Amino acid sequence: MLKAIKMLTKRIIPCLDIKNGRTVKGVNFVDLRDAGDPVELAEIYANEGADELVFLDITATEQRRKTLAELVMHVAEKVNIPFTVGGGISSVEDVEILLNSGADKVSINSSAVKNPQLINDLAARFGSQCVVVAIDAKQIDGEWIVHLVGGKVPTEIRLFDWAKEVEQRGAGEILFTSMNHDGTKNGFANVALAYLSDLVNIPIIASGGAGNMQHFVDTFIDGKADAALAASVFHFKEIEIIDLKKELKNNNIAVRL
Amino acid sequence: MEEIKFNKSKEVSPFGGLKGGVVIINYGAGNIQSIKFAIQRLGYEAVLSHDEEVIRNADKVIFPGVGEASSAMAMLKSTGLDKVIPTLKQPVLGICLGMQLMCKYCEEGDTDGLNIFDVDVVKFDAREKVPQIGWNQIENLKSDLFKGIKEKEYMYLVHSYYVPINEETIATTNYGIKYASALQEKNFYGVQFHPEKSSKAGEQILKNFLEL
Repeated sequence: MLKAIKMLTKRIIPCLDIKNGRTVKGVNFVDLRDAGDPVELAEIYANEGADELVFLDITATEQRRKTLAELVMHVAEKVNIPFTVGGGISSVEDVEILLNSGADKVSINSSAVKNPQLINDLAARFGSQCVVVAIDAKQIDGEWIVHLVGGKVPTEIRLFDWAKEVEQRGAGEILFTSMNHDGTKNGFANVALAYLSDLVNIPIIASGGAGNMQHFVDTFIDGKADAALAASVFHFKEIEIIDLKKELKNNNIAVRL
Repeated sequence: MEEIKFNKSKEVSPFGGLKGGVVIINYGAGNIQSIKFAIQRLGYEAVLSHDEEVIRNADKVIFPGVGEASSAMAMLKSTGLDKVIPTLKQPVLGICLGMQLMCKYCEEGDTDGLNIFDVDVVKFDAREKVPQIGWNQIENLKSDLFKGIKEKEYMYLVHSYYVPINEETIATTNYGIKYASALQEKNFYGVQFHPEKSSKAGEQILKNFLEL
């Protein structure tokens, strides 16, 4: 059979950490009018060629639901690319509020481990396309183990078993963060990513370890990732999205330029 | 549901003197806020409605949809909109699942569609990852809908089912196979991609539709 022409591009996804409706530390944009305004930052990333955005809410107060929904509404008003919202989402009602406010997808993590049926419920109600299951895992003695609470609490679940299960339950994408690589700036967990990508037939978003442009090239080629997520390298302007996309294109990786 | 009293005279339209009268069909399927906001960014105002009278009196009708085909179709039937939409005379734009529901039949949930486009919607085989999620190119563009849009422009797509190429095809996309990413039959337009999420080029397509 002739090899099919594939034009779907690899995606570059900046991730914004949000607390009480504001971006959390770690943003170094001299041209920002308001360094804490997630909407303004989102608009800048969209204009610079980001393919999607992820907003990760770490608010722990009673008002978090309302504050987050308001933020999502403001982002949807201004931003003309898709965005995912994650953090503390644990019910169909949570998701309904966020999608009705204008989010395109939601990302669930610990709540899916605690209640895997939530994946089925969300997929049935809103469609798989808006259900991203985020998995934080750490390689311990050669075995990839799923962790909860931002990677702090180990479970007894193996990454690859869990990935297969979330696909079967109706997840539309998997956002895999390697705790071994996150924050190191030494590159993504490409061996595990490539295995994941072959194991399941839904898109894999690579997260954790981005430090330079070559790391993105490597995760798309060696790691077979469909998308790559990063935060600080973009927030601190260590990598400009436009330069990154040119570099990917030079390496024959399909990108939207 | 927003209470909109429609008056056929444009001078006192509910759109506050803004151009056009755009109605987004609100039947409980999909991220309609984003479409409304995108239309606002273009300087138009849109109302959400499932009221037949409001829809019939609009200058332009947008028929959105994400989610599962048979449940979306059931919602259309429960509101009687399955009878209304195919008889509309003004330009109608189906987006994503909206376009798929305008076809004859959807494999997803084994449901009949609105039979506006003479083609059946089928599932991608597993040669590529399903759903297709992300930015892909549209080409072989032939419609006023694509005025100012270059061949192989990137659009954002999220879907597991696709429309095979037929005579109503006005744009194609490759994902393992070449399929119809936009359709047109008379005043009915359908796009598989999300113009409201496809950056500036997507907004241009929405603008073209609003200016038809």
